[in-house]
Amino acid sequence: MGDLINALAVAGKSALGFQAVFFALLAIGLNVHFGYTGLLNFGQIAFALLGGFGIAISVSQWGLDFWVGVLVGLGAAVVLALLLGLPTLRLRADYLAIATIATAEGLRLLFRSVSASEVTGGTRGLSAFNGDFVSLAPWDTGQRYSILGTRWSGGELWVALVGWVLVALLCLLVWLLVRSPWGRVLKAIREDEDAVRALGKNVYLYKMQSLVLGGVIGALGGMVYVVGTGAANPDQFQNANTFLAYAVLILGGAARVLGPVVGAVILLFVIQFADTGLRALISNGIIPEGLLSATDVAQIRFVLVGLGLMLLLVFRPQGIFGDRREVMLDAR
Amino acid sequence: MPGEMPAENTPTGAHAASLDKGPAHRGAPQRLAQAALRDVPWEVGVAKPDPAIVVENVTRTFGGLTAVSVDRLEIQRGGITGLIGPNGAGKTTLFNLLTGFDQPNTGTWSFDGRPLGKLAPHQVARLGVVRTFQLTKALSRLTVLENMLLGAQGQRGESFLRALVPGTWRSQEKANTEKALELLRRFKLDAKKDEFAGTLSGGQRKLLEMARALMSDPQVVMLDEPMAGVNPALTQSLLGHVKDLREEGMTVIFVEHDMDVVRDISDWVVVMAAGRVIAEGPPESISQNQAVVDAYLGAHHDAPLTVEEEDQVLAEAERRIAHEEHGEVIDSDTTTRGEGR
Repeated sequence: MGDLINALAVAGKSALGFQAVFFALLAIGLNVHFGYTGLLNFGQIAFALLGGFGIAISVSQWGLDFWVGVLVGLGAAVVLALLLGLPTLRLRADYLAIATIATAEGLRLLFRSVSASEVTGGTRGLSAFNGDFVSLAPWDTGQRYSILGTRWSGGELWVALVGWVLVALLCLLVWLLVRSPWGRVLKAIREDEDAVRALGKNVYLYKMQSLVLGGVIGALGGMVYVVGTGAANPDQFQNANTFLAYAVLILGGAARVLGPVVGAVILLFVIQFADTGLRALISNGIIPEGLLSATDVAQIRFVLVGLGLMLLLVFRPQGIFGDRREVMLDAR
Repeated sequence: MPGEMPAENTPTGAHAASLDKGPAHRGAPQRLAQAALRDVPWEVGVAKPDPAIVVENVTRTFGGLTAVSVDRLEIQRGGITGLIGPNGAGKTTLFNLLTGFDQPNTGTWSFDGRPLGKLAPHQVARLGVVRTFQLTKALSRLTVLENMLLGAQGQRGESFLRALVPGTWRSQEKANTEKALELLRRFKLDAKKDEFAGTLSGGQRKLLEMARALMSDPQVVMLDEPMAGVNPALTQSLLGHVKDLREEGMTVIFVEHDMDVVRDISDWVVVMAAGRVIAEGPPESISQNQAVVDAYLGAHHDAPLTVEEEDQVLAEAERRIAHEEHGEVIDSDTTTRGEGR
């Protein structure tokens, strides 16, 4: 029983920590791209990488102010969105998908390469750039605090708090946008581009705006992540995270403002709960060591998550917030 | 169903009045367009008294196939022009070229004297030339009302920054909503306004697409097979709506296969075959035109056989067989007798 409560508490901390903020922001960006505009961005992590390294390089390599680093990261994300969008957004949706997936992997390999290590720190990455930000916390960040049976460092708590405020503000922004005529055009583009063109809307411009907006939100996610971990390493930005963010989006419900947020909280809770819970069951001898060893848990928990997602898609394809009627329309 | 055919009533009825296009278009503009076209010779590429759209030397090839090759075509303003032709005649390709969805290999075309070449589809639409599609493009996961609102032009709330300040676009949105509801009432879709467009039937989607195009107050409406797959009752209602457009002073170009429909509503008919315009003229001129008959039915077509003709053919065949059995050569006598009867 104590183990169960402990597993719940640990999972709860994970679901509210900065990692959850990271996935929530990635998924909010993807929601703008995929959920509302129908753009297939399979390289959202590239925007996060630029956001994170924008701060890391500006502060620890160039000695700039932290907030200048934030601006550099956002600017880099805008540039990347324009570079990706200019050649591909006039073409069919598949071209953006190919370009983004290649860019995400290419950028990570570039950032970890030896030739780039003078700027990016190569495989060792960069650190010591978040001091200015953490020192803004109104409490003592050197101490550890106990909340609901879990231990948080002061810095962790501060990053998570600011992160969730950021999530709330961006949800408000997305909500304002999608209920406006601007958002209506985006949703129409998702349904049929040519019909929207025939009604006098510049589809290319709207798709570009959507790509930039979602990319900037993804970059903010990367910033929260590197500030939370206190280090920026190219290998933190594996493209698998893009697909986890898609899982978050589908789980919560695409084209719903709060879908990505709820999806992120639930996904991280389930992953962490499966991890801690399985380890506890193994150490208690309830699951025999021969069947499953503690070293397998890291993989098995993703199998469980995958199983859960499959069940979700069978029984609730619209996600948690989605409208089943709306999702079923596509089947016709 | 008299209620379904508003155009059969007087044009100054509730529908025409509700749109308030000004009294200038009242009276009988249908007859104006027809009267203007009365003295126009029935020739391909003939100049019209008041052309809205002029097409010159437009060609479009796909590989070795010439899909469209039109030397000259003028579309009379304020009239209904039917565009007909067998499958693959290039009607839809011509539509795509005129609305910027496709670019031609050569040629120029203009609307109100303003060249449309090199314009993107949305720029053409903003000039007042809107189109519908052969395969209806209802925006499934938007409600019927949202579909309609999308058609309105010059919306302030469609710019990214102003979208964030609802005060800048709310009043305009309200006016657009009223206009949309008015149009939906006219097209008998007002009861469905909050349903997803994807739940509508095929015919209702056609109506919605036409109504949505009208939200932009177009000057030229191009309808690509508006009646395809629509049941006869709804066809009547759609025909009424198309005639209404003309009453409001719009220029209508439509592609259609049903000759009854074409004869019923068009002021002028343009026939295409193999990418070329092969005939133009008022609807009554078309069915007599040999080029048109050949294009549709093949140059060596036959009228359907009657019972007597069938007996005749049979008797002749029997006689031939009898001749052959007797070892006689078929002489020219039998053939002339067959034709002479």
